Amino acid sequence: MAEKSTRTAGSRQSTRIHEHIVEIVSDSGEGAQKCGQTFGTVSAKMGNGVWTVEIIPAEIKPPSRSRAGASGIRIRLGDHKITNMGDEANLVVAFNEQVLYGRISQKSYRPGTVILLESKWAGDPSPEVQQAYTKALEDFEDRGYVVHELAMEEACLAHTSNPQLGKNMFVLGILCEIYQRDLDKALAEIAAVFARKGEGVITSNQNLLRAGAQFARENVDYCYEVPPMPGKAELLVMNGNQAIGVGVMAAGMEVVSMYPITPATSASHYLAGVFDKVGAFVHQAEDEIAAVGFAIGCSYAGKTACTITSGPGLALKTEFIGLAVMAEIPLVIVDVQRGGPATGLPTKVEQGDLNAAIYGSPGDSPKVVLAAATIDECLHLVITARKLAEAFRIPVILLTDANLATGVQPIRRPEVREEWFAPPIDQSPWKEGVPPYDWDPKTGLSPRPIPGQVGGEYVLTGLAHTRQSHVAYDPEANQYGQEMRSRKLAALRASLKPPKVHGDEEGDLIVVGWGSTLGSIEEAVDRARAEGYRVSSVHVRFLSPLQPGLRSIFLKFKKVMTVELNYSDPPEGLMDKTQPGRPAQLALNLRARTRRDIDYWSISPGQPLSPGQIYDVIIGRLNAMGVTPSKTAETVSRS
Amino acid sequence: MFGLKTDWSLDVLPRYFTLEDYEGGVARWCPGCGDHAVLAAVQRICRDEQLAPEKTVCVSGIGCSSRFPHYMKTYGFHGLHGRALPVACGVKARRPDLHVWVATGDGDCCSIGAGHWIHAVRYNMDMVVMLFNNSIYGLTKAQTAPTSPVGLKTNTHPGGAWLPPLKPTAATIGFTNASFVAQTVDWNPAHLHATLDAAYKHKGLSFVQIMQRCPQYTASIFEEYQQDPSRMLLLTHEDGINIDPAVARIYPNQMSHDPSDLPEALRIANRDDTLPIGLFFRDPDRPRYEEITALGLDMTVEEKLTALNKELDRFAI
Repeated sequence: MAEKSTRTAGSRQSTRIHEHIVEIVSDSGEGAQKCGQTFGTVSAKMGNGVWTVEIIPAEIKPPSRSRAGASGIRIRLGDHKITNMGDEANLVVAFNEQVLYGRISQKSYRPGTVILLESKWAGDPSPEVQQAYTKALEDFEDRGYVVHELAMEEACLAHTSNPQLGKNMFVLGILCEIYQRDLDKALAEIAAVFARKGEGVITSNQNLLRAGAQFARENVDYCYEVPPMPGKAELLVMNGNQAIGVGVMAAGMEVVSMYPITPATSASHYLAGVFDKVGAFVHQAEDEIAAVGFAIGCSYAGKTACTITSGPGLALKTEFIGLAVMAEIPLVIVDVQRGGPATGLPTKVEQGDLNAAIYGSPGDSPKVVLAAATIDECLHLVITARKLAEAFRIPVILLTDANLATGVQPIRRPEVREEWFAPPIDQSPWKEGVPPYDWDPKTGLSPRPIPGQVGGEYVLTGLAHTRQSHVAYDPEANQYGQEMRSRKLAALRASLKPPKVHGDEEGDLIVVGWGSTLGSIEEAVDRARAEGYRVSSVHVRFLSPLQPGLRSIFLKFKKVMTVELNYSDPPEGLMDKTQPGRPAQLALNLRARTRRDIDYWSISPGQPLSPGQIYDVIIGRLNAMGVTPSKTAETVSRS
Repeated sequence: MFGLKTDWSLDVLPRYFTLEDYEGGVARWCPGCGDHAVLAAVQRICRDEQLAPEKTVCVSGIGCSSRFPHYMKTYGFHGLHGRALPVACGVKARRPDLHVWVATGDGDCCSIGAGHWIHAVRYNMDMVVMLFNNSIYGLTKAQTAPTSPVGLKTNTHPGGAWLPPLKPTAATIGFTNASFVAQTVDWNPAHLHATLDAAYKHKGLSFVQIMQRCPQYTASIFEEYQQDPSRMLLLTHEDGINIDPAVARIYPNQMSHDPSDLPEALRIANRDDTLPIGLFFRDPDRPRYEEITALGLDMTVEEKLTALNKELDRFAI
């Protein structure tokens, strides 16, 4: 955010910046998210690092001009790779003053934050509204915000009869002008976003964009230059759910079987529009159970399928996932996590499904659980998941979350390869004498007969069974079958590499994370390291089997702590101080699997963790340990 | 099958399947259980139609009748209670070359799996769904089924079942996009075979309710029909189930019913005064879901790579 140089763009002062955090906040239904997603996409297409986070209202149908109704989007853009939502915003466009309080309570702003505020409320017919507006203005001044009142709606009226619907594109124009975005790219993006709504809608929105830009030239006397990221890599701009969809296609899967559930459904929406171009189809099943059952039917018949869901759907699919474990049917399950339990926080982020994913089936049910940390990984881990599912004859659960699902980010364009695709199904005669579960006693692995293979006929069963797939209730057969299924996880674990440590490989504290918190954790660690603290972090992608090497990594640090976005008790428990509290989910698993004393810090606010929050926790833990910054520590560059 | 051609040369098929080729493990149903007859009928149809065992898949749920796949020597899928139909539809989705048979019981299909039943009928994918209706939960030992008659004493209703039994055929006829609904009984092998054969030959989901005796728990329910065929109603029609007239003569009560007549089919399926057997309803022109799900099977890897790269271009900077 440091000013590098100033120059003039027209009559205005232009400042070159490394990065900015921009927010658009409105009542729900005013299109702030569409405006912000388009702004983020245009910025990414101009070569900036970008991360977007949607601001979801606290209520389903909040009244207008209310704090609970704050709806909108945050876009962090910069001249370097952006990995998280950051801390306080630099510039905010607000459609009314009340929604800002929803964000103020979440510590989204700081003294100096610039607020472009709709000014029409000053002349509102209702004296209460006028009063509230004036009072808020005074309060904002006390808080140190820089407020610019703008008559945006009035200016909109010249171009549309319904400014409520069109203001978002007008604001997009304002932001494009302030951040000197390429207007042609923005116009093209509008054409793409409204493609289904017809030429008339496209043109009127494009006109609003131009009008907004003109309005900014006349009414705002500053602008910013955000240089593109260095490097010439070919980039794609997409959100996490689109990345999953692309991953499904790149993995060569022919079927996605789903039931609508927030926040997973948009992945299937995306696929429904394009899947037929690669000869595949989306099956909308009658319920979550049927969705996984249908996918299992496809997989059994040789076409490994994918089912995409969220927490409540994962719960419903549990029995079928257990069947896929028992009968060794390859299957890919994507869980876009939201807040739970039950209906929980349908639109909001949480990392609450880890234990459900690993342990969610009755009986011993070893399966593979992966967690994507970035949008790039949403794409690539689907491909990995299919390969693992087929090679290990096992269901693979890929965890993402609501933050990744809607976050837009530039990612490196993958070079799509034929070997990512599922091979054509084997229809050659089955080798005589080989049973359907010809378990390798060391690895538990076995080849799988596929219907159509002469001589491979067998009856798959969810009952305990022998190598011949014959039902067997005897103690030896049951114990042996369970061991063979567990061995597959051991075999997979033996083939995995230990995760890489971010920062030094020894020190006072190592922070362990998983999933979408990667960027915030690493940024917080870098800040602390820049101040001379001996802190590092490590991020786990394989949760089941647990990635190897963690114990040796942990042994080189005085303290190990997970940072997670889920509920946990304070370590000292809630009532009886002699009984420890219920730990965060990764911490619980790490304690069991690495036999180390793992500390944890986790909360479940329904929104992503910011680097500032994590930084404070890190410093708090280190201070409690009596650790002070080392004088000789190397400083780490923030980008 | 062997056959003489007009030029007197012998036409020998490279593979010929006998009944033995469809016979899996020894059936462990109770002696006198109606399931044995259904198994024999299906094996015979497979032999008569020369279905390649490797291209035949029997899918079931959980319950006595869901043991069915174990006794066939084809591919089989003995899955979860109530969930045979979603699996069967998934099997068919991208493998239209496979012949799918579904074995499901009255508890499996009409109780725990009832949601799937409605929708599988609507998907109308080409398969035979055999509903083994013994009006009781047999495997778990005599709990009330959704089809149990009022007053039937069970372990869950020792004072007798309270609720009127569900009528699976009437319900199925009422489901949107139903294309084949028939009813038969396990104790008339000729009618059972003819019904399943017609079901196999119908393109779409053929729903066949088989009234099936459970000698252990519901022996008395069907006894009257077995002893006195006049208690039953044989549906006849040139488009219906056609059996040997010698067998048909057993039934004094016969009625010609055009299976394209849906309102009449519904009336027959709802009759309480008799047990109708035959084809209630058929519409060969109903849309089948695999016409959609199997699209694109012929695409080459190169075509897919090109399409995928084109799609990625849309996201490119």
